[in-house]
Amino acid sequence: MVNNVSYKYISMPIYKLLQEFKTDPMKVFDYLEHVYRVIESVETKIKAFITLMPQDAVFRRVETLIKESKGKIDSMKLFGIPIAVKDVISTKGIRTTCASRMLENYIPPYNATVIERLINEGSIIIGKTNMDEFAMGSTTETSAFYPTRNPWDLSRVPGGSSGGSAAAVSSGEAPIALGSDTGGSIRNPAAFCGIYGLKPTYGLVSRYGLIAYASSMDQIGPMARNTIDLAILLSIIAGHDPKDSTSLPIGSKNYVALVKELVYKEPKLRIGIIKELFENSDENVKVKAYKVVDKLCTYHECLTVSLPYGKQIVAAYYIIAMAEASSNLARFDGVRYGLKVPFENKSWEEVYLEVRTKGFGYEVKKRVALGAYILSVGYRDMYYIRALKFRRILKETFDKIFRSVDVVVSPTMPILPPKLGEFFEDPIKIYLADINTVIANLIGIPAISIPVDFYNGLPIAIQIMSKQLTEEILLYLSMQLEEKTGFRNIIAEVH
Amino acid sequence: MYSNPKLLIGLEVHVQLTKLKSKLFCPTPADYKKSPPNTHVCPVCLGLPGTLPVVNRKAIEYAIAVAKALNCEISDKLIFVRKHYFYPDLPKNYQISQYIGPGFTAIAKNGYVKIFVNGKTKIIRIRRINIEEDPGRILYIGSIEASPYSLIDYNRSGITLLEIVTEPDMTSPKEARAFLEKLIAILEYLEVTDPREEGAFRVDVNISFEGFGRVEVKNIGSIKDVEKALTYEIIRQKKIVEQGGKVERETRHWDPNKGITITLRSKEYEEDYRYFPDPDLPPMRIDKNFIEKISSTLPELPDDRINRFVRQYSIDEYRATILVLNKWLANFFEEAAKIYSNYKKLADLLITDFLRWINEYELMPENLKVTPLHIVKLLKLWDEGVLSVKMVKELLPRVIKEGVDIETYVVSSGYMRISDREYLCKVIEEVIRENPKAVRDALSNPKAINYLVGLVMKKTESRADPQITREIIQDYLNRLRMEGS
Repeated sequence: MVNNVSYKYISMPIYKLLQEFKTDPMKVFDYLEHVYRVIESVETKIKAFITLMPQDAVFRRVETLIKESKGKIDSMKLFGIPIAVKDVISTKGIRTTCASRMLENYIPPYNATVIERLINEGSIIIGKTNMDEFAMGSTTETSAFYPTRNPWDLSRVPGGSSGGSAAAVSSGEAPIALGSDTGGSIRNPAAFCGIYGLKPTYGLVSRYGLIAYASSMDQIGPMARNTIDLAILLSIIAGHDPKDSTSLPIGSKNYVALVKELVYKEPKLRIGIIKELFENSDENVKVKAYKVVDKLCTYHECLTVSLPYGKQIVAAYYIIAMAEASSNLARFDGVRYGLKVPFENKSWEEVYLEVRTKGFGYEVKKRVALGAYILSVGYRDMYYIRALKFRRILKETFDKIFRSVDVVVSPTMPILPPKLGEFFEDPIKIYLADINTVIANLIGIPAISIPVDFYNGLPIAIQIMSKQLTEEILLYLSMQLEEKTGFRNIIAEVH
Repeated sequence: MYSNPKLLIGLEVHVQLTKLKSKLFCPTPADYKKSPPNTHVCPVCLGLPGTLPVVNRKAIEYAIAVAKALNCEISDKLIFVRKHYFYPDLPKNYQISQYIGPGFTAIAKNGYVKIFVNGKTKIIRIRRINIEEDPGRILYIGSIEASPYSLIDYNRSGITLLEIVTEPDMTSPKEARAFLEKLIAILEYLEVTDPREEGAFRVDVNISFEGFGRVEVKNIGSIKDVEKALTYEIIRQKKIVEQGGKVERETRHWDPNKGITITLRSKEYEEDYRYFPDPDLPPMRIDKNFIEKISSTLPELPDDRINRFVRQYSIDEYRATILVLNKWLANFFEEAAKIYSNYKKLADLLITDFLRWINEYELMPENLKVTPLHIVKLLKLWDEGVLSVKMVKELLPRVIKEGVDIETYVVSSGYMRISDREYLCKVIEEVIRENPKAVRDALSNPKAINYLVGLVMKKTESRADPQITREIIQDYLNRLRMEGS
């Protein structure tokens, strides 16, 4: 426990904080004071941030905000609420590294659309969080700077790739955070750190300013300590953006109102239990997850659904992700921005080779190389085209499943958070652990990770997926579970 | 034995759609050419991390208009692919382009263009049209080899390009030239580009003798240079073939200063661009009604106009083609034709001497001083016999350059054809007095009269009316004959 910190204050949900801040804007300083005390105390152990905004700079920002927002404060949906942002999202004037040497000193000249929206609603960015390099990884260990540790057990990983965001939220360093999710990168660390995380429908949240890993699957999403906070953040970042051609032509919804309405009406849903994804999980995870599902089934109608694919799902996901990554990461050549090497008396090829050798870590190089191979003439049909075919088949499979059930449930992760270094011993195992989460990215549907229990002090979470653009259903079930489990606003005690 | 192997020429034409207001995938204004380097850029066209492309709809409209005008089949889907290669002028190290392959296609394919060469109409097939982004530009200090460093200007990055690829249907540099002139005219009529803008139009030529390796000459900047490069390549390849050698498959570079092509790289293995559909640009349906709407608003195109000229003005296809392929000249012709009805005479003057002087003086059509009325006045004075053909040709450059009003000029300067018999008699008497031998010749040989007429013309600076001069001399000679007999 950190001295002089009111945990009641720190763990307060943002919808309550907002009420306080709107009554008395000076309370923002108060709250931030507490937040920074937590950061001071735990950050050296957790290392959730790559760039932490200095407290005085944040205070100045709040002063300006209060001055500029006179008369508008009531309408601002995140007035004075600090947020941690995964370092893969462009922030104007704040360095954005993707946890890579390649972008160690890169300061974007523009804001991502989600950042613009947060700023317009009065939110305060307190830092950029650690992650797997270019979001490639599921433990935050591939960060070029340092690994982040799991606040529940410092010898364990926080998950990834949005491990910094998850660790910051679960340890009280920030009430909410933005993550990005290409194959589980929000849900996996949310599960491992005991917080709520949602990967929206592909195209619901603008990707403009999100540094691309696999463009056809990347989505930015909210991370929080309770369902309503998650809904508040989602309402702000969701909705059409003309700067993103893959952004769906729909406005944002008020997810808070929708959830409250659903909780009030309490419709009975048909819940599909994906048997294979439970059976493939570690025993402890399986047992706990089934117990939670039982809680849902006392009210809703539960039925078992079958997913006749296993490793193909992971293979298809990695083939597509690597192919797109090899293309997306081609731009990092040290010519316009990023890592610089001396140019003199070198050919362009030599400069590129040196920049990319020094700038990228092992996992990134591996995926870029494999991706280039996958797209090469002679191999693309064997790998890329087949993966796309499988992607269609998987989508059709789920279209069918969603004709008989409203949502499907599984454990978020088939395992408990591993120890640091454990995964590097077996890279295939690490990839296969993504099986539950990559499905939603492959077929573009929304998925939520809900923390439900602990096993030996380590959080366990379940994942619920639903049809495109039915995030409110996921939030409704999350809210229901939250009521039943009491798993809300919990902050890890960092030892 | 290869007595005369068939020559195959295909072209890849890159045209900037210079009339667009913004770049292909971002709102940055497209009029970059007069701006200092790297000032016409934004995060998107610089390829900054996290940026995304959004298609300029007007560019698609223009591309469809071009496709229609080139008689192409238009795809019902708009699909962009990424073409990967590392080069410093390419900010993302891939170019957003199009490609015909499994799962993707070009915006248009299978079209044709009619050309008119040596009195014959020929069809040149269009294989496909791609819409793509232009890369930036690399500037070297002197030649590539000698330059101590290179400078990159991204102003051009993201400008809309159409890549128009023909089948290898051309068999001579002249046909290639005719094709390019026709293509440029079509683009000009569509008002999608100003081909005279620097860099607005670049050509890669593919040339081979049937059965021999195909050579690509890249990045040629003008029609004249295309013709020269092709001529150079034909001679070079012919020589190799004649000496029993093999023409290697390779890519060459045209050096316009030296007038030669040089090896750039051999094409033993094809570069792998790792094409795949751009996931940032989901396929867009191209609606039939949208295409219909565009084609219904197309302006009159060169082929139609040529046909109309043949019909309406009774001039032949050759003259009509030359006029129409110069859009402004065709407009000039039509303006003049409203007030002058000897269309053939008008056309002849315009496509010969008139055009020659315009080019000679390097005049820009948009700020000419000469108007159709000037030319019509000149023609009318010619018709009326006030001016001789020689005088017309002499006066034309001044009319073109300065826009001299010829009626006023003729009156004030007295520069007109001399048909005054009294005056001419005096001149003729002089000539006869001075040339007794010529007179004797003329008396015995009727054809020798021409010499005397020529002398009179000389004395009058060609202003004497040759018809009247001849009559008077004839009369004089007849009188002499009678006196002598």
